Amino acid sequence: MRVALQVTCVNDAMFPDTGKAVVRLLRRLGVDVDFPAAQTCCGQPMVNTGYLDEAVPVVRTFVRAFEGYDAIVTPSGSCAGSARHQHSIVAERSGDPALVAAVAETAPRTFELSEFLVDVLGVTDVGAYFPHRVTYHPTCHSLRMLGVGDRPQQLLEQVRGIRLVDLPMATECCGFGGTFALKNADTSVAMGTDKARHVLDTGAEVLVAGDNSCLMHIGGMLSRQRAGVRVMHLAEILASTEDDA
Amino acid sequence: MSARDEILGRVRAALADVSPAVSVPTPPRAPDRGDLVALFVERVEDYRAVVTRCSAEEVLAVVTGVLDGLPGGARAVVPPDLGLDLPGAVVDAQFTAAELDGFDAVVTRAAVGIAETGTIVLDHQPDQGRRAISLVPDLHVCLVDASQVVADVPDAIELLDPARPLTWISGPSATSDIELDRVEGVHGPRTLHVVLIS
Amino acid sequence: MTGTFVGMPAFPTAAREALGDTQLRTNLAHATRTIRDKRAMVVAEVEDWEELRVAGAAVKEAALRDLATHLETLEESLVRAGATVHWAGDAAEACAIVASITHAHGVDEVVKVKSMATAEIGLNEALEAEGIAAWETDLAELIVQLGDDLPSHILVPAIHRNRAEIREIFLRRMGDVGRPAPADLTDEPAVLAGAAREHLREKFLRAKVAISGANFAVADTGTLVVVESEGNGRMCLTLPEVLISVVGIEKVVATWSDLDPMMRLLPRSSTGERMNPYTSTWSGVTPGDGPQEVHVVLLDNGRTRALADDVGRQALRCIRCSACLNVCPVYERVGGHAYGSVYPGPIGAILNPLLRGVSDEQSASLPYASSLCGACFEVCPVRIDIPSVLVDQRAAVVDSHRDDRVPKAEALAMRATAWAFSDSRRLAWAERASGLAGRVLTRFSRTTLPGGRAAAGRLPGPAAGWTGARDLPAPPEESFRAWWDRTDGGTKGDGS
Repeated sequence: MRVALQVTCVNDAMFPDTGKAVVRLLRRLGVDVDFPAAQTCCGQPMVNTGYLDEAVPVVRTFVRAFEGYDAIVTPSGSCAGSARHQHSIVAERSGDPALVAAVAETAPRTFELSEFLVDVLGVTDVGAYFPHRVTYHPTCHSLRMLGVGDRPQQLLEQVRGIRLVDLPMATECCGFGGTFALKNADTSVAMGTDKARHVLDTGAEVLVAGDNSCLMHIGGMLSRQRAGVRVMHLAEILASTEDDA
Repeated sequence: MSARDEILGRVRAALADVSPAVSVPTPPRAPDRGDLVALFVERVEDYRAVVTRCSAEEVLAVVTGVLDGLPGGARAVVPPDLGLDLPGAVVDAQFTAAELDGFDAVVTRAAVGIAETGTIVLDHQPDQGRRAISLVPDLHVCLVDASQVVADVPDAIELLDPARPLTWISGPSATSDIELDRVEGVHGPRTLHVVLIS
Repeated sequence: MTGTFVGMPAFPTAAREALGDTQLRTNLAHATRTIRDKRAMVVAEVEDWEELRVAGAAVKEAALRDLATHLETLEESLVRAGATVHWAGDAAEACAIVASITHAHGVDEVVKVKSMATAEIGLNEALEAEGIAAWETDLAELIVQLGDDLPSHILVPAIHRNRAEIREIFLRRMGDVGRPAPADLTDEPAVLAGAAREHLREKFLRAKVAISGANFAVADTGTLVVVESEGNGRMCLTLPEVLISVVGIEKVVATWSDLDPMMRLLPRSSTGERMNPYTSTWSGVTPGDGPQEVHVVLLDNGRTRALADDVGRQALRCIRCSACLNVCPVYERVGGHAYGSVYPGPIGAILNPLLRGVSDEQSASLPYASSLCGACFEVCPVRIDIPSVLVDQRAAVVDSHRDDRVPKAEALAMRATAWAFSDSRRLAWAERASGLAGRVLTRFSRTTLPGGRAAAGRLPGPAAGWTGARDLPAPPEESFRAWWDRTDGGTKGDGS
């Protein structure tokens, strides 16, 4: 099976450790993961702000970069959702039947990390060790756009040493929402404030999620409040072993 | 061009390239709930309506008892064909709304009872009377025969005649408009007493 | 006189003001949590809820896709049943029809059943200008009307008011328009509801003309349906001599049996009950029972505009249950007024721009009033994919500015981003620049995130929107891409 990592633009530029964690994790599970260098972004920032024409060349770049791979793995529910549910809209808009066809090829082969591990590889115990008190925030797009369900929790439950605590009002949006965080900053911050309070209520040391963009928002608020709670991507916890401790 | 033709023209233009074919699946039915009458009673009571179960022979005594229970005895209005000789009750004579406001209670029958939702439906035949009489008085005593109870909404819709005015009643009048706090009793009858005959 | 939404600022500004009102946020948080829990309980009771939603969506979609046929059938059925049918292309036409019928009966007041369509067209204000007083009889509408206020929720227009505020409004205003509230009025909901009962009863008993909307209009039988709780609807639909119903053309369902999925979906989604206390259905005139003169005004007012939109058309399936408002994290925090329309919340954020276009700044701001979390789609009883329509309406906003002589800063930024994202070499270059910035920031930053990473505190310029309340991690010195290149995917050197 030829497996490609779609690291996502946010992780590429801002959170390279998440990408490295995915590579380490997948290699440990025997998957020879490739990083197609032509990749850039899934196009979601343009699509969700209404710039469909601008998204066309970005989606074109995406399908070219990942052409021929059996599986495209991404450590982001949001980017997987974009590839699976929005690329077809952009392709239709382009009026280019070749792009429509190419998108129909890549969309169903794009998996969010927890989906790939549980559904494609069939593992929940990835041999991780992480001796900390952790709470999990299910990000909206992974939960409602992709329907990853409890796959992330299944994976976390098998991590040795971990103490998982429930996050109150877990399924409520953190308020990030892409350009929503800037266009409606006050509302976004009001939502984030409540999410940060719920995180603090758990007494967790670490907040984990499958999307670094949401974590950047919640983590940014926690940091401003000097709350001392660290945010981590799911991949980084799953990649951790006794050697890291 | 008339507003009618303009609107219909705009509708047709809007849908010019749209296929009208949509397959509508048959809505699912609730699974068998067993004793429908028991479920009906439980669900009606859930709305804080009062339910009394009795036999056909006991109906008169039960209803008389309910009306006599009101302070000072109730002035009751009844539909033309209630089929119950209720002492003191006044048969509706196309009373005005203001006249109906002078009655304390109304006694009617019903067309259908829906177990799943605890609903009674009136189709305002002569044993139920016109809509106004079961609306203005503050106490509605409604006689439902056990044989009239059906399982769920689709069963009721099948039985009911849309040409008739219908009133679906699920408990007494209620509102949640103040802080989403449910309060029973606003404009419709503040007390609903269902007498279930079996 | 009630307030007006005319001249409302764009959503972000209105939302900022609303967020500053702590009483409003407390009232809303309490109310939406209460109703969310109730809905969840009664929906969980229905084993095949998903199948029921699919059926409900199909019923409405089928009616919309052949709307002209169904409207003609509806008109025929209504006329056969003794009703008079009117057609209104816009709000002004609809208001004029209602005023003219009312004048013909020589009355200067009407009683009203809660109706979104009449709120949408500003009927009360139009009637007032014609010397006709329109009395709202739904408790929440009464609170809004007496308080010279604006509705903030589809189902519970006074959701932003708490019991103490309502008591004050009743004491201050009821006497001006009819029977005053008792002097010893308390703020118990039951007592307040009792005061409304007393106040409105004299109006019900003397009313000659009533005005309603309809939740559904059944084409093949000419039946209108009103779903309510308090009995004010029954009062209006039963006691007066004349009944005028203003019905949006999207309320049509094809057949009587189509009411089945709808009447199971609506109450559970709306008030969180197995069934609402009262539903009235009537087909034209019934001799000797209820109004003997029945009018139906079929209203377009932008609906055909929405119907022509391939993605947005589904918004016309809406049955006004307000489940999407109650689960929306944005609505819960800013309330309904910020949306500047009688249709607030997620459905309002798509319905308003679909009905009236996005050429004004306020309408154009609504599709962006969402984090696209998708909670609305999850609860919608007729499966309106609100997030997808929001995104599509955002595209409509952007497209409406494509020919601007001076592009917005956002458009320039998006074009630049798209240019960088269209070629990985350009992106790599941008990342090197951001890495340099990160190196500087890391050296001089006084903010450190838990875990040790440097971060930016408050920044000026475009970044202020982010860093006003959130620290921003410093960009890493090396992007993932550069790391992969340098280490050959982590296989060269120590791989870190």
